[in-house]
Amino acid sequence: MSEILNVSRRSFLKTGALMGGGLMLGFSLPLRKPFGAASAQSTSSFAPNAFIRIGTDDAVTIIVNKSEMGQGVYTSLPMLIAEELEVNWSKIRVEAAPVDPAYNHTEWGTQGTGGSTSVWSEWERLRKAGATARTMLVKAAAEFWKVDPASCRAEKGFVIHDPTQRKISYGRLVEKASQMEPPKDVWLKEPKHFRIIGKPRRRLDTPEKTDGKAMFGIDTKVPGMLIVVVVRPPVFGGKVKRFNADKARAVPGVKEVVQIDSGLAVIADGFWSAHKGRDALEIDWDEGPLAALSTSGIREQYMNLAKTPGAVARKEGNPESVLSKRAKQLSAGYEVPYLAHACMEPLNCLVDLRPDSCEIWTGTQLQTLDRNNAASVVGLKPEQVKIHTTFLGGGFGRRANPHSDFVIEAARVAKAVMKPVKVIWTREDDMKGGYYRPMWYDRIAAGLDEKGNLIAWRHTIVGQSILSGTPFDPKKDVDPASVEGAKEIPYEIPNILVDLHSPKIGVPVQWWRSVGHSHTAFVVESFIDEVAHEAGKDPYEFRRKLLARHPRHSGVLKLAAEKAGWGRPLPKGRGRGIAVHESFGSFVAQVAEASVSAEGEVRVHRVVCAVDCGRIVNPDTIKAQMESGIVFGLSAALYGKITLQNGRVEQSNFHDYPLLRLNEMPVVEVHIVSSKEKSGGVGEPGVPPIAPAVANAIFAATGKRIRHLPIRSEELKKA
Amino acid sequence: MISLEVNGKKYDFDADPDTPLLWVLRETLGLTGTKYGCGMALCGACTVHVEGEAVRSCVTPVSSVNGKKITTIEGIGTSRIGQAVQKAWIVKDVPQCGYCQSGQIMEAVALLKKNSRPNDADIDRAMSGIICRCGTYQRIRRAIHQAANSMAGGGKK
Repeated sequence: MSEILNVSRRSFLKTGALMGGGLMLGFSLPLRKPFGAASAQSTSSFAPNAFIRIGTDDAVTIIVNKSEMGQGVYTSLPMLIAEELEVNWSKIRVEAAPVDPAYNHTEWGTQGTGGSTSVWSEWERLRKAGATARTMLVKAAAEFWKVDPASCRAEKGFVIHDPTQRKISYGRLVEKASQMEPPKDVWLKEPKHFRIIGKPRRRLDTPEKTDGKAMFGIDTKVPGMLIVVVVRPPVFGGKVKRFNADKARAVPGVKEVVQIDSGLAVIADGFWSAHKGRDALEIDWDEGPLAALSTSGIREQYMNLAKTPGAVARKEGNPESVLSKRAKQLSAGYEVPYLAHACMEPLNCLVDLRPDSCEIWTGTQLQTLDRNNAASVVGLKPEQVKIHTTFLGGGFGRRANPHSDFVIEAARVAKAVMKPVKVIWTREDDMKGGYYRPMWYDRIAAGLDEKGNLIAWRHTIVGQSILSGTPFDPKKDVDPASVEGAKEIPYEIPNILVDLHSPKIGVPVQWWRSVGHSHTAFVVESFIDEVAHEAGKDPYEFRRKLLARHPRHSGVLKLAAEKAGWGRPLPKGRGRGIAVHESFGSFVAQVAEASVSAEGEVRVHRVVCAVDCGRIVNPDTIKAQMESGIVFGLSAALYGKITLQNGRVEQSNFHDYPLLRLNEMPVVEVHIVSSKEKSGGVGEPGVPPIAPAVANAIFAATGKRIRHLPIRSEELKKA
Repeated sequence: MISLEVNGKKYDFDADPDTPLLWVLRETLGLTGTKYGCGMALCGACTVHVEGEAVRSCVTPVSSVNGKKITTIEGIGTSRIGQAVQKAWIVKDVPQCGYCQSGQIMEAVALLKKNSRPNDADIDRAMSGIICRCGTYQRIRRAIHQAANSMAGGGKK
């Protein structure tokens, strides 16, 4: 049986009405090139809901409500629609959705992209959207031919009537279908009949990403636009005390220098003039209360806090008493630094503010919030503010700022000068601009019985809360994003305690690809390796035994181990490490092969990755996202750290915040578990297991345990 | 007055002589396919060809290339190698966010011009100056081999 679903007719009619106004207006702007299309046609079109528009020229436009930041949503979401719409794939064009309740995240109630949620949250809605349109087109054809709709079928953009061997294209049905009421119920295909979902499909956005046509926020332009570079305080929370802009104003091309909340904005006719103008500014700063802050001081504070009980995230049995009695126990401290997202496209935002309207072009992950925050800054109603979502030159969470930092700053500059302005952050601005993955210190202990069974586990986590003080603040003692991946560890342990300290430090923190999991997987999966070693057991077998009641964890663990040749000999000097972790509804295991040179330099040769993300849409995207997550996690494991001294961030650009380069790229093999479970995410779950897999491989190769990221080569150097 | 020939088209304009070529291309000529990533020749997103050589345009003063021939991502598809590389990038589904890919493609074309059948070590040497935060390196490597094979008259796809 197929599922029968009731389509909310009211909401579809409502959004259908919006299509003629909001959408057409929004996308006929001269500077916003339609994705992949030569130009927007002004011919009449059939828009049965907010996600689909079919032109009389047979062009099928899919309006995607998720931001494309590399994760492939401009392909995977159209695949969901195309499966039910029965359309010719080559006719599909994609447009970014404007801000409208019709495009809200199905779970969040506002429009946004993040948390590796895009595919599963749209899984049903977009298939329904496609099925609704197809049903209406079939009905239109049947009426046109005066035959029973049940005797017609749809295929590749045509309705076909087999008994009379007639066919008609969707484009020719536009006028008739546009006058019809959407159906109340639609039938969705059974998965076994899928022809698009689950099959590899090349990305729709690749051609324009290979010829320079793809438009990112930094590429956008409106007539009369000025370029802005902002100088921000050298210390978080600092303010401009006084300044002299005479020399800056004398730089050719500089138009104005204005003071805004976040610093001083130099407004010029081009980036280079603005940049030179900024260099010429004389500023006296009030550095504020964080002028003496250093990461070494924070570390000391965290280590002391970790010795005291925190807010309890999970408690079962009595780990304290077991740990005080058992002879065989081990404990360790683990630490990871602040990390910058370092998107290749530095932050930027274009604002064209008029007395009664405001248009914003930017690559954002949180459209509704940004629109509302911008509206309040410029003194307009939210509906007077339009956001044009461009391609994002990387997001990784940075472009989902809960305070809309890079949007409201540009809005403030626009308000100050009432001219169209594009604020461009330099790489240094972006690196030093805060909103980092928090620094963490973890104290962890385990107890083993006489037979080497793990019977007690105590994990204390110390680090800043990401959600606190944001619109997403759960206002609880335990920020779930701080303990995710540590609280719900799958290993069967009778006595367990996970607690948390969330000190207020003042360094702005934010979600960074895989959020809490980016640190908890490193701690848990490294320490479980330590426990296995202490128990004298193989780290893979030790995990398997503890995961007996977790088939999806066990499944990926086994698959990765098998494909990696776990237990087989390796070239001299190489070690193999394994890790498994669940995040965002998906299960990932990785086996890394690594070696360490005499100078202590780590080389990762090969990574075998197994992923179970439930029902799949585009297997090639899943592979790409695993490869991507592994590289992202490797950069962090090997190099990533943001440190502060005298309140100042010490890193500035890619020489002191290195990222993995092509010559360091390991061979990555990805294996996907076939599954009928609900889809999980793929953008983030590839990240968490790689750091522990590499750290465990280094232990296997050298006998040295890594409890600090980034890995310090000086500690691995041969004496 | 500065004169440039960009993608076969002549441009004459006034510019502050120390303005990096990158910003002239992006802002004066409107060729935004060349990207700003670091401003210090550390990431390679700004790579263009000056007289056929790969150059980091973010640290190249426009006055230093006065009178020279420049090719950007917008013009690379007119050459046989450029076309083969772009096609290979599509076949191997290389880009994710896509921001660094102009630089990757310009560097890959420069490599293939000098070495029509590069091995992995050659690719490592040539391509390690261009950072991809999305981690598409494995696919870049495959796509360069694919482009080389296709130009050698077939080979494996």
